[in-house]
Amino acid sequence: MNIPEDRRYTASHEWAKPEGNLIVVGISDFAQDSLGDVVFVELPEVGREVEAGEAVAVVESVKTASDIYAPVAGTVVEVNEALADEPELVNGDPYNAGWLFKIEPADASAYEKLLDAAGYAKVVEEES
Amino acid sequence: MKRDFPVIFERSRSGRRGTRPPRPPEVDLAGLLGAENLRSAPPRLPEVDELTVVRHYTNLSRRQVGVDTNFYPLGSCTMKYNPRVNEAAAALFTELHPYQDPETAQGALQIMYELQEYLAEITGMDAVTLQPAAGAHGELTGMLLIRVYHESRGEGEQRRVVLVPDSAHGSNPATASMAGYQVREVPSGPDGEVDLDALRAALGPEVAAIMLTNPNTLGLFERKILELIDAAHYQGVQLYYDGANLNAIMGWARPGDMGFDVVHLNLHKTFSTPHGGGGPGSGPVGAKAHLAPFLPVPTVKREGERYVLDFDRPQTIGRMRSFYGNFAVMVRAYTYIRMLGAEGLKKASAMAVLNANYLRKKLAEVGYKIPYDRLCKHEFIAQPPEGLKALDVAKALLDYGYHPPTVYFPLIVKEAMMIEPTETESKETLDEYVEVMAEIARRGLEDPEWIAHTPYHTPVRRLDEVAANRKPVLRWRPEEG
Repeated sequence: MNIPEDRRYTASHEWAKPEGNLIVVGISDFAQDSLGDVVFVELPEVGREVEAGEAVAVVESVKTASDIYAPVAGTVVEVNEALADEPELVNGDPYNAGWLFKIEPADASAYEKLLDAAGYAKVVEEES
Repeated sequence: MKRDFPVIFERSRSGRRGTRPPRPPEVDLAGLLGAENLRSAPPRLPEVDELTVVRHYTNLSRRQVGVDTNFYPLGSCTMKYNPRVNEAAAALFTELHPYQDPETAQGALQIMYELQEYLAEITGMDAVTLQPAAGAHGELTGMLLIRVYHESRGEGEQRRVVLVPDSAHGSNPATASMAGYQVREVPSGPDGEVDLDALRAALGPEVAAIMLTNPNTLGLFERKILELIDAAHYQGVQLYYDGANLNAIMGWARPGDMGFDVVHLNLHKTFSTPHGGGGPGSGPVGAKAHLAPFLPVPTVKREGERYVLDFDRPQTIGRMRSFYGNFAVMVRAYTYIRMLGAEGLKKASAMAVLNANYLRKKLAEVGYKIPYDRLCKHEFIAQPPEGLKALDVAKALLDYGYHPPTVYFPLIVKEAMMIEPTETESKETLDEYVEVMAEIARRGLEDPEWIAHTPYHTPVRRLDEVAANRKPVLRWRPEEG
C-alpha cells in the first residue's frame, strides 16, 4: 500500500500535507481502495470553520458513503472543484489530483501532532 | 443506447390504440384552467394496442425477482409475503375520493381511526398519525415533532445535535440533517451494541435527540436500552425509535415501554403491504402524550358514533402530505392486523426470529462467518468465507433464483451480508437456501473466474454500477431512443 512520507495522516485515513501556510487534505490509497469506485464527493463550503475531527466532507462509492474528517482545526479556503465531474480522481490519484480541500489551520503546530507515514502504516496493518 | 428490452414508448405506432375514450363534453377549458395552462401539443403518450400492453408488462414482470416468485431475504427490508386478502380488502375502496364528504366515508375513517389505535397499542405510544408516505418521511415527521417540542420549551436554540450510532440506517443521519440538526456519531462496542460510555460522554445540553433502532441493524437487541434511555432523558434528550426492525418484537416488547418518545413504523415492511418497487409505502408516526399536540393535521377522531377529521390542533407541525396519506396501504395493514390478531402478530415476530436464528446457525455450518454470533432477532450479519466477496456471492445467488441479501451494510462490518428471512418462509425454503449458499461458497473458492462473472442466466448480467452512479440516466428521451 502506497504511503508517501512527505505528509502526515489520521487514524481515520485522511492525509494532510503542508502547502505554504495551508494544509491540503485528501484520503489515503488504503482508504480509496477500501471504498471502491468513488462516484460522488460532497465537499465543504469555502469559508467554513471546522474543528479537528469534525466531519466535513463525504466520499460516496458504489459500496458505501464515508465521512471525511478535518485533520486539523481551521478554515476551509479551497475545495477541489474538479471532483464534481471526475470523482474517480480520488481512486486514480489519491495523493495529488484527488485532493479534497485545503484548510488554513488555526494552529500551525497542529499538523505536527498527526501520524507520520510509519505510524499510519501501523494503523493500516491493523485494519487490513 | 441499445437495449434488449424496449420501453413502452418504443413500441408506439402512430394511430394504434387499445381503447376509445369517451369524448369529453365541450367546455371552456381556457376559461376554467387559464389559457397559459393549456397544452399546445398533445402529450407524447405511447400509442399501443391492448395485447402489446399486456405482453409488454407481463414479460417485464417475468424479468423480475420478487417475493411472489423467489425467496427474498433482503436484510432490513422485511420482504415477507403479502397476503392476497389484503388486496381484496383494498380493492373495496377504489371508488373512494379524497374530496368526498367525510360523512359519506365513515367506513374509511373508521379504518383509519382503528389503525391509529392498533399502532399506538403495538408500539406503546399515546397518539398516531398515518400521514407520512414512507419510512424516511415518517422519520422526518418524528424529528420535526421533537424539534417543535424543544422550541416550545425555549430550548430550540440550545439543542442543535442529534446522536446516531455508527450502525444506524443511513436514513437516520440524513433525516436529522434534513430536520436542521448536526449529526454526531456514537460508536458501537465490541458486542455490536451502542457503547453506553461513549453515549454518556456524547450527551449534553446541546443534544436534542438520539435516533435508535432496536433490535439494531446487526439484528441484535440493545440490552442496555433502559439504562441508555434513562441517561438520555435525565439530560432532556428525546428518544427516536426507527421502526424498520419492529418485525422482531411485535407483541413482545414495545418502544413506548422502553422509554422511546416517538416512533415511526413501516407498514410496507412489518404489516405486509407490497414494496420494493419504489412504493407506495406508509410510515405512520406514534408519539408520547407530550409530543402528541404537535402531530400533523388532520388526524382521525371519534365523536360518539361518528368519525371526523380533526384539524383543530393549534400546535401542529402542519401537513406532511396531501390529503390523508396512502390510504390503500393503510387498508392492507389494517387487514393484516385484523387477520392475525394480537396472538398472531406475536407469533409472526417469534417465527421471524426463529427463522433468522436457524439460518444463522446453518450458514455458520457451511463456512460463512458470523461476526456477532449470539442470539439474534429477525436478521443477522454474515460474511462470506475468506477469499470471497459479498458482492460476488450476491450476484451468484441470482443465478440460483434467490434475491441477494443486503450487502455492505451496516457499514461497521466488512463484506457484510445482512440476511432477513422473515416469518413467512418454510423450513424447506431455508434449507434449500443454505444448500445453495454452501455450493456458491465451495464453487466460488474453487473457481474464482466463475464467481467473478456471475450471474450468467439473468436477463441482464453484471451492471456497470460505477457508470450508473456517476452518470445516471433517469428517464427515457425520444431523441436518445
